[in-house]
Amino acid sequence: MHETAKTEAGTTLPPPLAPGIRGFASDWASDQRAFKNVSWGKAMMWIFLLSDTFIFGCFLLAYMTARMSTTVPWPNPSEVFALNIGGHEIPLILIAIMTFVLITSSGTMAMAVMYGYRRDRKKTAVLMLLTALLGATFVSMQAFEWTKLITEGVRPWENPWGAAQFGSTFFMITGFHGTHVTIGVIFLIIIARKVWRGDFDNERRGFFTSRKGHYEIVEITGLYWHFVDLVWVFIFAFFYLW
Amino acid sequence: MVNIPSSIDDPIPPAEVEDVELYHSHSWWTTYVFSQDAKVIAIQYSMTAMSIGVVALVLSWLMRIQLGFPGALPFIDAERYYQFITMHGMIMVIYLLTALFLGGFGNYLIPLMLGARDMVFPYANMLSYWLYLLAVLVLVASFFAPGGPTGAGWTLYPPQAVLSGTPGGQDWGIILMLVSLILFIIGFTMGGLNYVVTVLQGRARGMTLMRMPLTIWGIFTATVMALLAFPALFVASVMMLFDRLLGTSFFMPAIVEMGEQLKHNGGSPILFQHLFWFFGHPEVYIVALPAFGIVSDLISTHARKNIFGYRMMVWAIVIIGALSFVVWAHHMYVSGMNPKFGFFFATTTLIIAVPTALKVYNWILTLWRGDIHLTLPMLFALAFIVTFLNGGLTGLFLGNVVVDVPLSDTLFVVAHFHMVMGVAPIMVVFGAIYHWYPKITGRMLDETMGRIHFWVTFLGAYLIFFPMHYLGLLGMPRRYYEMGETAFVPPSAHTLNEFITIMALIVGAAQMLFLFNLFWSYRRGKDAGGNPWRATTLEWQTPTTPPPHGNWGKDLPIVYRWAYDYSVPGAAEDFIPQNQPNPDRISREHMS
Repeated sequence: MHETAKTEAGTTLPPPLAPGIRGFASDWASDQRAFKNVSWGKAMMWIFLLSDTFIFGCFLLAYMTARMSTTVPWPNPSEVFALNIGGHEIPLILIAIMTFVLITSSGTMAMAVMYGYRRDRKKTAVLMLLTALLGATFVSMQAFEWTKLITEGVRPWENPWGAAQFGSTFFMITGFHGTHVTIGVIFLIIIARKVWRGDFDNERRGFFTSRKGHYEIVEITGLYWHFVDLVWVFIFAFFYLW
Repeated sequence: MVNIPSSIDDPIPPAEVEDVELYHSHSWWTTYVFSQDAKVIAIQYSMTAMSIGVVALVLSWLMRIQLGFPGALPFIDAERYYQFITMHGMIMVIYLLTALFLGGFGNYLIPLMLGARDMVFPYANMLSYWLYLLAVLVLVASFFAPGGPTGAGWTLYPPQAVLSGTPGGQDWGIILMLVSLILFIIGFTMGGLNYVVTVLQGRARGMTLMRMPLTIWGIFTATVMALLAFPALFVASVMMLFDRLLGTSFFMPAIVEMGEQLKHNGGSPILFQHLFWFFGHPEVYIVALPAFGIVSDLISTHARKNIFGYRMMVWAIVIIGALSFVVWAHHMYVSGMNPKFGFFFATTTLIIAVPTALKVYNWILTLWRGDIHLTLPMLFALAFIVTFLNGGLTGLFLGNVVVDVPLSDTLFVVAHFHMVMGVAPIMVVFGAIYHWYPKITGRMLDETMGRIHFWVTFLGAYLIFFPMHYLGLLGMPRRYYEMGETAFVPPSAHTLNEFITIMALIVGAAQMLFLFNLFWSYRRGKDAGGNPWRATTLEWQTPTTPPPHGNWGKDLPIVYRWAYDYSVPGAAEDFIPQNQPNPDRISREHMS
């Protein structure tokens, strides 16, 4: 039988793990928690994101199927997504700016998480609001892009340049992603408000759940935000660069 | 056997998480209606699922009456018939079985069997139920919408699903169906995340993954699968909704309807089939795996013997779950496919038979020389094993491309899937309700009514579905409103069809007896006590029956052993609860 070790505080430590694959397996299967030091909320967000990955995966696979099996020409993205600035058609300029904005917002989000764990209430809230602002900018530019395409005659069921599936997949996938960003912006604002008010410093209870909030929620929101960014990178690559 | 060698998970580790703060309701509304208690949510899920299940049962009666006695009920015309087929299939598969196994049994059993106070996020859990109810209501609304519910068949294949020739195709039917599915998936995701995180992160001290009852393993694996498979249905539903409402052409090819060229162009109906079956095949196991798990526990408890090969059983569940994601195109052999894909999907399909057969052997070896009590749960468990074996064997026929192609779209297929994912899981549902009803209400279900229910259901189901195999081999097609004068169908087949219809009516009536029993026993059933089956798992060790809010009173249970310490030599009784300390090191845990 293994001796149980006593720590200074008097709590009992679990016995050492067996070497090799057996120890690996029993570590994973050990009692109470499969992922040690991972809170319920964080575990839930990760599993949700896994499920959401499958949704975006299915959307993108459907788009690729449509694009590869079409018998009529697919509109050329670098012409469709060009902006006329100062008399020059600049391909993909808007989308480049949008991508830059969104990736930047991931940076501010990461900083918000860091200040959250330092319990720096104000900096956290400001950085979260900045992230939300960048996210809102992204969505607005997307709305601008949609408007431009719609005025040029792109509809979900047809467009002037080729396969009808171009419009349908474009509006569906960017729309679904834009919805994710919008939901993220709303949550960022809600959490930023709670941070600003000091809910996590004085352990105020949630309105619906009656549970105490923690600064970890900033990180969990961040996980979602980074995921939405990452998905955008794939949409950008498969839709605009292909 | 008596002296267990020391193991790495021997001493009970200290608590890693502080005890949860529960939401305490203060009013009748938040206690019984907008409840955040998993047990109440479980009962809400189960009652809603069974209510909508009765609708599906009545629809199956109507279909059978039309097939056995064409024209007997004049209001059933061809369109109605297809609507009944569609709604019957959709309700049974998704709104009854999925909701009952995961939303019902999952909610009730996961926290109790794992020694948790509740699900990890009770509020999201509550929302899950209300979205499910909304999905059901939207589905029911389609019966009253102009044009009635969709008649596209439960697979909703495009292009026909959104064309005017199909009932509900250009009316409200298909729209409400798709909206209902989308709501169901969103609601299920909220619940499913809860189940998975509770199993992974919310267990009691001493409850290692390899000490969980197989019921939990089944529900857990099925939930993980559902979280990965439902996205495909979600995407397919959204895209078809756009095809129907916006006139996009995701699934709609260029098509001429009633001499008129539709504006759709260039879509791929096969893409829908891939998305649908990427969900649809795992769905079979989303229903089957909880049944596998529950039946293992029923057999072990009522045969007073530890489950044979526990670790093997766990791995079989996980492997079946993983394999079921790479077999989906065996539903599409007749859709036209590269023969090499047919070979691949046939091979993976047949490989699933290996872990499945292993489970059947282990159930039989658990029964072998056990102290078998022929209680109602045991009877249903035994019925499950034979039924599942039966349906599984015809699955081997249909998994082969060359055998499947001639049998496709005949009653043979209907017989197969009703046996394997209709009757078999329903047997487990019944067994489980007879088993856990005493814990939920504190009273036993009436034995006499239960036995009548069992024998009529079990024998009746065979009398319904066995002859269908024969009819299918004759070539009698499925989904036909009536056969008419068909040369290859002999008169005896029509007589058989009448017989099947009569049996279906009788079996359906027996379910009414069951529902009556549920209500009757709630007031008048025999007092059950805390642990009527003398079972080891934690839910039977609660301080009061039914378990209180928070399940365990002041102190959370500590788990000292696996869930299958039945008839352990040297023990005072023939069962040792999981939370009984183990100073003498009496257990059979490491024997399997």
